[in-house]
Amino acid sequence: MKTYHADEKGYYGKFGGAYIPEMLYPNVEELRQRYLTIMNEASFKDEFDQLLRDYVGRPSPLYYAKRLSEKYNSRIYLKREDLNHTGAHKVNNTIGQILMAKRLGKKRIIAETGAGQHGVATATVCALAGIECIVYMGEIDIKRQAPNVARMKMLGAKVVPATSGSKTLKDATNEAIRDWINNPIDTHYIIGSVVGPHPYPDMVARFQSVISEEIKWQLKEKEGKEDPDYVIACVGGGSNAAGAFYHFLDNEKVGLIAVEAAGKGIHSGESAATSVLGNDGIIHGSRTLLMQTEDGQITEPYSISAGLDYPGVGPLHAHLYESKRAEFISITDDEAMTSGLELCQLEGIIPAIESSHALAALQQKEFGADDIVVINLSGRGDKDLNTYIDYFKL
Amino acid sequence: MNRINQKLEENKKLLSIYFTAGYPSVNDTVSILKELEKSGVDMVEIGLPFSDPLADGPTIQESSTLALKNGMTTDLLFEQLKDIRESVSIPLIIMGYFNPMMQYGVDKFCQKCAEIGIDGLIIPDLPVDVYHDQFQAIFEKHGLINVFLITPQTSEERIRFIDSISSGFIYMVSSASTTGAKNTFGEDQSSYFEKIAAMNLKNPQIVGFGISNAETFNQATKKAKGAIIGSAFIKYISANPPEKISDFVEGIRS
Repeated sequence: MKTYHADEKGYYGKFGGAYIPEMLYPNVEELRQRYLTIMNEASFKDEFDQLLRDYVGRPSPLYYAKRLSEKYNSRIYLKREDLNHTGAHKVNNTIGQILMAKRLGKKRIIAETGAGQHGVATATVCALAGIECIVYMGEIDIKRQAPNVARMKMLGAKVVPATSGSKTLKDATNEAIRDWINNPIDTHYIIGSVVGPHPYPDMVARFQSVISEEIKWQLKEKEGKEDPDYVIACVGGGSNAAGAFYHFLDNEKVGLIAVEAAGKGIHSGESAATSVLGNDGIIHGSRTLLMQTEDGQITEPYSISAGLDYPGVGPLHAHLYESKRAEFISITDDEAMTSGLELCQLEGIIPAIESSHALAALQQKEFGADDIVVINLSGRGDKDLNTYIDYFKL
Repeated sequence: MNRINQKLEENKKLLSIYFTAGYPSVNDTVSILKELEKSGVDMVEIGLPFSDPLADGPTIQESSTLALKNGMTTDLLFEQLKDIRESVSIPLIIMGYFNPMMQYGVDKFCQKCAEIGIDGLIIPDLPVDVYHDQFQAIFEKHGLINVFLITPQTSEERIRFIDSISSGFIYMVSSASTTGAKNTFGEDQSSYFEKIAAMNLKNPQIVGFGISNAETFNQATKKAKGAIIGSAFIKYISANPPEKISDFVEGIRS
């Protein structure tokens, strides 16, 4: 059967793999050899499920959005990842990886963060496990995201500014990788998305796959069938989309729609629409689509949503794009903000601006009255309040 | 015979210098190379700057960022080097990350290197297995030596595999670190250097990372064939003109 999952070397079609310096090889190889075995242990599964249930608050509701459905004349469900502890889907992955790190005997955790959501989710699970936590964050992002920096500090993490390059997410990722090179024995790197060298894209997708696993049985209860007609999710690196698509990847009757951030317009020079603007290359140890100059220098993306301005996408998404298994659309800042406000007013839910991009797919795409459309509401909007205030002059 | 192999046969400890092309000024490449040869350096690694150099510490990162700002590109580097073999005869290696080479086209990149008289490549993020599966034939067609890294954490089995694929020297990373991170060698390094020497590999080893002066150069080359200096040299040329390079080299050789 045709599969869209990673092969044993971590390739999705031609994308993926592990393009890493030799200094990282022992760390990455240890993880590659052990991640599947550990994830399949009964004690691991039990602990993971128990924490997702009692600590994160899973299952997250699958909510039939009645007024939104009426407006767009379709059957629209929202997968409420915004109701998770720490406010987004990110914690599904960090719970999984902290349990992995403990079983690997690691004593020190490093992570990168852009807007701070993954940093907060990592600091949270490190507090939970009593393990030292160091979060790399671009110097510019530290200034832009002060509340999340404070949260990480309250949770006991050390936040280290990345001062190299463009001083944002990609540079924070570089700094985390350099830390790992310098600490090859006792440290585990919790990557926040389905990016990086194999096995990270596959491992993170598996931890996030709880999203689509729940969608299946929740839809069965509500609609009498497991499979929606469409699943919509936003893509920066692509972890919430990977989780929402995961159990539908090989069922081509389910339409997958990946929503990228067009920023101020795809061709404005300020955009993060990687599938349109990027091409085949290597970023952070993975072969994938990325935004770069003709000379192969990685460029800085832009989106109003800090969680979507990554210059690449995970290799799974690069493959879904090239194979046309998923449809990729791009949403501008303005379209996303409009859809975010619309959700507030129609359903009483303030979404993260990342998730607002997924919601804005409803403006671009037309669905049938009987189509079941699941939108992954990946996070809540509390963290974005200042951006909403500035944008709408509230 | 490739110039690298010839050089490795000489009965001396080799001093290799790394610098980032396009730094401090975009047109320094040729004058730095000439001065290095004149000063008695045995081999040079010309760094092709990259926006995201994962394996490098702050000094080389910064020189790369500035080199790119200065306008260094792959095409410009090849243009600067096109007549280099009229004036420089020591082995020349291009060291850079894989993405810029991939965008240029690996075959075209290798062909260009061969035309100019580049002898080898060091590509830290092109792993040995990917090279072996996909690119070895291309490199060999153009007569280029690809140099692989080993670290204190590299297993003996993997070192043997890397040795079997290599045809020049093995780049021995002195400690688990990015470039320019450490200034002294301790017992860990000594025992690592001895362990590798005792393996009797077919390829000689040249030590890099953490070599900054005569003391570390001598320690590193007690067992190994040579050593590479990068960050310390970049710091030096940030503050001194190319004509003063011989002072730096004499300081290492003393």
